Amino acid sequence: MKRSKLLTRLWELQNNEGYISDKAVLELSKQLGVSKNEIEGVVTFYHFFHRQPTGKYIIYLNNSILSEFKGFKKVKAAFEFETGCTFGKYGQSNLFSLFETSCIGLSDQECAALINFQPVTHLTPQSVKKIINQLKKGVNPRSIAHNVTSKIQFTPKPSKTVFFKKYELGNALNKLKSNTSETILQELKKVELAGKGGAFFPTAQKWEISKNASNSEKVIICNADEGEPGTFKDKSIIENLPGLIIEGMIIAAFVTGATNGFIYLRAEYSYLKSKLENTLIDFYHHKLLGENCCGIANFNFNIQIQLGAGAYVCGAETALIESLEGFRGEPRLRIQYPTENGYLGSSSIVNNVETFAKAARIIELGSEYILKIGTAKSKGTKIICIAGDVAKPGIYEVEWGTSLKKLLEISQATAPYYVQSSGPSGDCLNESDFNRKICKEDLLCGGSLMVFNRNRNLLKILKNYTKFFLTESCGSCTPCRAGNQIIYAKIKKLKQGICTSQDLKEIVEWSAIMQKGSRCGLGQYATNTFVQSLAKFEKYFDGIVTTCAENCDVEFDMEKAVYDYNLLIKNTQN
Amino acid sequence: MKNISFNIDGRICSATKGENLIEAAKQNGIFIPTLCHFKHLNPLGSCRVCIVNLNGHAIAGCSVFVEEGMQIEVNTPELLDTRKAILEMMFVEGNHFCPSCEKSGDCQMQNLAYETGIRYTRFPHLFVDRIVDARPERIVVNQNRCIKCKRCFEEVETNDGYKVFNFSNKGNKTIVSIDYEQEAKLSETQAEYAMKICPTGSILVKGKTFSKPFGDRIFDQVSEGKAIAFDKINKKGRKMRIATTSLAGCFGCHMSLLDIDLGILDVIELVEFNKSPLTDIKKFTQHCDIGLVEGGCCNTDNIEVLRTFRENCDVLISVGECAIWGGVPAIRNTIPVEDCLREAYLESLTSEENETVIPYHEDIPKILNKVYPNHEIVKIDYHIPGCPPNANHIWNVVKNILFEEEFSVVYPEFKYD
Ligand code: SF4
Ligand code: SF4
Ligand code: SF4
Repeated sequence: MKRSKLLTRLWELQNNEGYISDKAVLELSKQLGVSKNEIEGVVTFYHFFHRQPTGKYIIYLNNSILSEFKGFKKVKAAFEFETGCTFGKYGQSNLFSLFETSCIGLSDQECAALINFQPVTHLTPQSVKKIINQLKKGVNPRSIAHNVTSKIQFTPKPSKTVFFKKYELGNALNKLKSNTSETILQELKKVELAGKGGAFFPTAQKWEISKNASNSEKVIICNADEGEPGTFKDKSIIENLPGLIIEGMIIAAFVTGATNGFIYLRAEYSYLKSKLENTLIDFYHHKLLGENCCGIANFNFNIQIQLGAGAYVCGAETALIESLEGFRGEPRLRIQYPTENGYLGSSSIVNNVETFAKAARIIELGSEYILKIGTAKSKGTKIICIAGDVAKPGIYEVEWGTSLKKLLEISQATAPYYVQSSGPSGDCLNESDFNRKICKEDLLCGGSLMVFNRNRNLLKILKNYTKFFLTESCGSCTPCRAGNQIIYAKIKKLKQGICTSQDLKEIVEWSAIMQKGSRCGLGQYATNTFVQSLAKFEKYFDGIVTTCAENCDVEFDMEKAVYDYNLLIKNTQN
Repeated sequence: MKNISFNIDGRICSATKGENLIEAAKQNGIFIPTLCHFKHLNPLGSCRVCIVNLNGHAIAGCSVFVEEGMQIEVNTPELLDTRKAILEMMFVEGNHFCPSCEKSGDCQMQNLAYETGIRYTRFPHLFVDRIVDARPERIVVNQNRCIKCKRCFEEVETNDGYKVFNFSNKGNKTIVSIDYEQEAKLSETQAEYAMKICPTGSILVKGKTFSKPFGDRIFDQVSEGKAIAFDKINKKGRKMRIATTSLAGCFGCHMSLLDIDLGILDVIELVEFNKSPLTDIKKFTQHCDIGLVEGGCCNTDNIEVLRTFRENCDVLISVGECAIWGGVPAIRNTIPVEDCLREAYLESLTSEENETVIPYHEDIPKILNKVYPNHEIVKIDYHIPGCPPNANHIWNVVKNILFEEEFSVVYPEFKYD
């Protein structure tokens, strides 16, 4: 067995046996010629692999902040009550195992959960009861699953729509024959296509580096590991335009000369896998993939789908590559770019779902078409998913340059107070930002907006974010691994109400240390929102801390410190 | 062949193109501290203490390969502080009880903390319960001290090429796991090598941990700390007043106070003691210039005493590890208070059969859920590390504060054990 098949093999074991047994670990270690604890290291890195037997139905309940606001606590209690199991515990029942999980990309339909990776949404204690009863009766989770296709709430007028318009298989690819890699790159450069995963690196430049790389082995990787809480825009592209993504990958292969491609699909979206597989079959059928594909001699390109296994950090391109290779998804040190040394030493292009889809549209519709849309620096449209306190959560395709205000209007936000752009590692916005325009010149948005109204508790939000980062950190560098735990302790202190303005100052200083010291974006941006919120919601924080100068007194919560002792004495000594 | 030139902190340096920055700097006489770097390995970039600025951006020094014209900063005040902070993070993340650590004196992390002058950590200690795994044949892995530097992953291999150490889990649950089967194949020398390369006291070899006596270890130095002579001091109009107390401590720090032998007679010329176990004055009778506090807070009485000290002293100093972050008594901090009390009063070897009484009375102080460092209870103005701190160190600080005498803490006075 090749090491790069490890994740796939682990999935088979997990699905067939319900867990990865000691025996399986031993066998895998023998097959790969590595120590047992190396296999264990991989298994325990990924949230969806278990080392202990699980029940027939594994339920993953999303614990993101939007879920919290939509009744997570009650739903969780209902699951525990109905199944008689506890979250995070093994061996309580042959039927059920319950786990919390980070955002599963169903923010517009919270509370949401996955039952054997089949989605159920809009959960309430009542619906949980019904679902569990059905499962107990032996109903297949597949038939319980809800249709979770996100509603496309808005597209610009037809002449300005890029993504959500009619798609015909092969329309972009038909243009390849009349093009060369150079002309394609030129088209992309004209519209200044930039990565849509959040880093906004110029796509044409990335492709060109790979094209010119001395490394003859080239690989195209589609990053469909959309894990940023509150984000589900890539999901909507996979749901509606799977072909467009694949066309984008084929175009990239045409430019660079790659022969292999991967779609790294997050396991949370595994119910979309068959859709992608069927689309791939279609492509092979139409000879748009495979040998001499697209009618071009010697153009050979194949695509496989690799399922992730529950690790947010694998959305970072080098972590994703490590994961594809069958290792723990730890981001690599920034010494070489994947375009020089990527998947198994090849020159690899990693782009996000939306980037590939947009590249395909650019080639299909022509740069002329795209150039007419957007702002001076951001051309075309942007897919934005909106969730939270809005009447119309879902997918919005908008022209670059659309104001936040307009988006809040059309999504019918109710008393918006705080908007989180691009997820917890993105930007914290308040009323003063609502007139800003979404584009390179002003507010770059990775594609998700979470809207919170006045009644939402800011500390609760920040606590949820920090908890997310501390569980999702890959654990390999100190400032991120330890830093997030330290910040978490600070939030707990804030919640206790014993912080001073000195504590707020420390949060800023400590975040700067994490930002400078962390190895990858996760640690670097983990406290972004927190720090921004201190300035954006200064009044709120002033209200919950004691203001003091440099040498302020320290406050201490004696009640809390003796609570355990008092309780013990009360319970045992009377 | 030194063919390129680059710049570190304004100094022109030369090295072979593509040389690792840590090595290149060393060749030019500039020391960049590291805990995970090994010359012969690809950079691991996990400990992050080698942080430098490359053309204005922060980056781990070990992941930089020098090029012509690079502008590198190593020792700006900001970088020095960040480096110190990252080390402090390691201390608070693990449970580093140096006074009871087998590696103390041989520990690279401890040494680096001395060199960067960490007196106390700006971050709160996390006190996560971690295991000590003694199941392997030769090695003991003490998770309390592991900083996840990955050195052992890369460097410890069996003769047939299997790795012994690896990561398990992720996020805040990440730990270093040891493969029992592979570990059993290691020779004594290989096991000792693992202990040696571990920059902390996380990897220990059974029966070998105390082979080198304390005091003779790599980083142990003989104290040369000079005391500021008392006769040189500009006396003020009146005698300065000092108060001292021992909270959750062992009186070791008080012993150390007396360790200046006859010097105590000179001290008496300059200062008088108010509330202190040394005078047996139980209550403050006058406002004091300085309060020296040994021990942290483990019960409500400690907190009350500490608060009266804050009220009655101009300057308050935490003396010793227990005062600074909990120290030895804080070993209980990873265990719930209920378990501690049950173990102590109901289930211990000496407790009566079916014992049910856990002492409580309105006159006895209540036990806090954990041992707190003093600076989490009241404002502390200065910290003197050590277990106990060296007498010279304590008195130099006192003299410095009371009489504004300049002094500098020298390396050997800086101790956590
Ligand atoms: S910053 Fe966090 S996620 Fe990134 S390498 Fe470091 S520990 Fe891993
Ligand atoms: S000697 Fe080193 S490993 Fe041991 S407790 Fe101190 S810092 Fe930690
Ligand atoms: S056990 Fe020692 S060498 Fe291994 S990662 Fe931990 S601190 Fe580093």
